[in-house]
Amino acid sequence: MKRQLWFALKSLAVFVCLLTLWHFAVIALHVPKYILPGPWPVAEAVKDRFPDLASSLLLTTEAAAMGLAGSVIVGVAVALLFAQWRALRQLLFPYTILLQTVPIVAIAPLIIMWAGSGIYSVALIAFIICLAPIIANTTQGLIGVEENLLNLFLMHNATRMQVLFKLRLPNALPNLFVGIRISSGIAVVGAIVGELFAGSSRVGVGGLGYAITYAHSQLETDYLFALVFAATVLGFAFFFIGMFLEWYFLHNWHESNRSEIPD
Amino acid sequence: MVKADKGRVAEVAIASVSKQFRGGALALHNISMQVEQGEFVSLLGPSGCGKSTLLRLVSGLTQPTSGQITANGMMPASARALMSFIFQDATLLPWRTVEQNVGLGLELEHTAKSIRKEKVAKMLELVGLTHVATRFPRQLSGGMKMRVSIARALVSRPRILLLDEPFAALDEMSRDRMNEELLRLYREHCWTVLFVTHSVAEAVFLSKRIVILAAHPGRIAHTVPVELPWPRTAELRLTPAYEQEVSRISRLLRGVQAMQAEAMEGGAA
Repeated sequence: MKRQLWFALKSLAVFVCLLTLWHFAVIALHVPKYILPGPWPVAEAVKDRFPDLASSLLLTTEAAAMGLAGSVIVGVAVALLFAQWRALRQLLFPYTILLQTVPIVAIAPLIIMWAGSGIYSVALIAFIICLAPIIANTTQGLIGVEENLLNLFLMHNATRMQVLFKLRLPNALPNLFVGIRISSGIAVVGAIVGELFAGSSRVGVGGLGYAITYAHSQLETDYLFALVFAATVLGFAFFFIGMFLEWYFLHNWHESNRSEIPD
Repeated sequence: MVKADKGRVAEVAIASVSKQFRGGALALHNISMQVEQGEFVSLLGPSGCGKSTLLRLVSGLTQPTSGQITANGMMPASARALMSFIFQDATLLPWRTVEQNVGLGLELEHTAKSIRKEKVAKMLELVGLTHVATRFPRQLSGGMKMRVSIARALVSRPRILLLDEPFAALDEMSRDRMNEELLRLYREHCWTVLFVTHSVAEAVFLSKRIVILAAHPGRIAHTVPVELPWPRTAELRLTPAYEQEVSRISRLLRGVQAMQAEAMEGGAA
């Protein structure tokens, strides 16, 4: 605990040093405010336009959370089907990789064109970008069951459903959380990319992605920095929540959390 | 033969069983043997002799290519309710506590929760695990895990117990202790036991009869009754009679291996 606190303090010190460096660099080099504002103007922009910032942040959070939640539900369902039907898995699994390699920035305008420019389209883009890691990791956990554990269930005449829900699914939990950890970071990226194209879905501020394009067009670089900062914090928050859920569900039994448990 | 004289039905009967793997390798060739009810039989042999395969055939986890196996007069797959299988590693579910692991079989068979709880508690007491009932497998030593595995196998009150090198991963001291414990439980419950091992000492200590297998293809080389008195306790290991038995069986096993080596050289020449 003490060591973690010390670690946090050191990280914070690095952050303060970087801010200070940024502050003096901007002053010393006479960089105009619309090119690169110093940390103070950015902080002021956060303070002055906090209601706008907060509602943009909220909108993006909603879209990213919807996309992530949807990808977990659909991804696990698809993985369960893949685990049950080998033929289906062999047929469709390659396409999940395709899902991951398709450049989301390129297809985002298409999706907006087809599905409209509301928050659901933005969530859909986040969903698409999140789906592949969830499917791939969960499938791996579902089919990678130790042979003798399967034999044990067979010796008890377990049904297919018992094998699935009492053996395969718990076995896949650690893999699912790896998938969630990967997807939680990119969910926010997906939502912001979506908003870049979707524009403002409501009359007013729009999500972070929209607000960034708007601030850019108005040369409000200080506010743009504030928005980027908010997006970064949001991504981090998603990642952290994913980590926390992983710890919460697995810390009792999973080997990777060994150090957290006193004997 | 002895069993036939007494007019008893063998608990496990293996008749001219061969097993060929999909790749074409002949794992077992024409195996015939019987295990009487309440008998403790060890299957001993070099690696590749198919002793684990034989055990899996008796459990019905795999099917013989030819020949027939019955357990308590039934096809193995139908007799599973009477059998418990103990695997080489403890094969516990890491996400379940000790008591949840022990209760797994009962749960899969839809035993009522109250009955399940009672049976599990009783079994944990029997194997001395009550104090770790709510722990997870990763918090246990290798010996403890194996004990949980045994408890899980016994809680469904099997008539037939199949063990596949259960103590191979343990150090010698814990292995000896587990052997003594297994015999204590055996005395109380009198299952019919098929025990696969590659340790001569273990086989001699535990068994009424040892079946020595030869490899390539797997076949029965010798069937040897163990001439040691019952009940067997830890002190038995210090007696000359025990050492004599161990060296007798070791010689037989070495003979089988030598024969095999010769055959292979002959084949090469």
